Amino acid sequence: MAKIIGGLGTSHIPAIGGAIHRGAQQEPYWKPFFDGFPPIRKWLGQTQPDVVVMFYNDHGLNFFLDKMPTFAVGAAAQYHNADEGWGIPTLPPFKGEVDLSWEIINHLVDQEFDITTCQEMLVDHACTLPLKLFWPEGPCPVTVVPVCINTVQFPLPNARRVYALGRAVGEAVAAWDSTKKVAFVASGGLSHQLEGERAGFINKEFDLQFLQSLETNPEWATQFSIHELVEKTGTQGIELLAWLAMRAALSTGDNSGVRKVHSNYHIPISNTATGLLALEKF
Amino acid sequence: MASKPALPQIPGTHLFDGECAKKGYALNKMCFSFNSAENRAAFLQDEEAYMTQYELSDSQKAAIRAKQVLQLLEEGGNAYYLAKFAGIFKLDMQDIGAQQRGMSKDEFKAMLVAAGQ
Repeated sequence: MAKIIGGLGTSHIPAIGGAIHRGAQQEPYWKPFFDGFPPIRKWLGQTQPDVVVMFYNDHGLNFFLDKMPTFAVGAAAQYHNADEGWGIPTLPPFKGEVDLSWEIINHLVDQEFDITTCQEMLVDHACTLPLKLFWPEGPCPVTVVPVCINTVQFPLPNARRVYALGRAVGEAVAAWDSTKKVAFVASGGLSHQLEGERAGFINKEFDLQFLQSLETNPEWATQFSIHELVEKTGTQGIELLAWLAMRAALSTGDNSGVRKVHSNYHIPISNTATGLLALEKF
Repeated sequence: MASKPALPQIPGTHLFDGECAKKGYALNKMCFSFNSAENRAAFLQDEEAYMTQYELSDSQKAAIRAKQVLQLLEEGGNAYYLAKFAGIFKLDMQDIGAQQRGMSKDEFKAMLVAAGQ
């Protein structure tokens, strides 16, 4: 059976790609963000995952409002990136892990999740930046299964449903007949809001409580409705749903404990309160 | 069956729901097209013709001409697609945030920094 090594969470902001491209990681603005990563890269170097299941949200690159899936699972051999409208630097295509994609798809549908499957899928900064942040050197050493959660068009799936989805994905990975090592990644958040008169809204107190809950009380945030979460974290802070899915994916099986490897929290990058977390499963 | 009562408004916050999705479809479809560099160039070449091609309403066209984000939201624009429109003019999220808050970019940045204290 496949081995689940743990879960990672990071914010994604298009400007991060620009900073990496310019080599600006040690500039005063960027340093408090990028300095969170080396301890996690060290742990990844020791644990050597082969595959990543990426919980993220598309930002209007692959999905338009003509067809907007609540949950979509990639089943492609390769995932291409694009400039997303801003002319941002693009990365080479990422390799998929098709067998695992179908394990996850089969199990999710069996568990009554009515997902969309994607054999062709562009992946945006939300999917690509975490890979570049965790594995900055050379070609990406892990294959990917993207799991996209709608945060674009309301109604959104509620936190409890997303937690259940993550748990089911974790079950599928745990049952995968493979010798490969798998990590879950959450991409998004933490609190931020791009639009409206409340643009720039950040809620440090809630973010820190949420990060803590992922270690010790993983279902804490599922008590809130989507409306309450938007109020507390902003219209884009709702991307914390991906973190809930990642954490839930670690809660399956006999060994459901987690140990924090490292975390970081920094305000602001662009308009965002950035979070970073690595949890080892034991 | 009566529909559920509306949830309380979150001040200064626009939830992109079904109503917005219907109202803003043409506007968002145009912005989605800006994922392609070729389409961005075509827009810049002739903004009016491009807006007409995507069947924007008169008030949506006016909001695009004005480049006012709150006005675009009012027209059913979605933040994720509008960001691609903003990108054509090299406006970043802090430019957009400052415009919506009615403050300078420096004031907006200072507000963000203060949120981290």
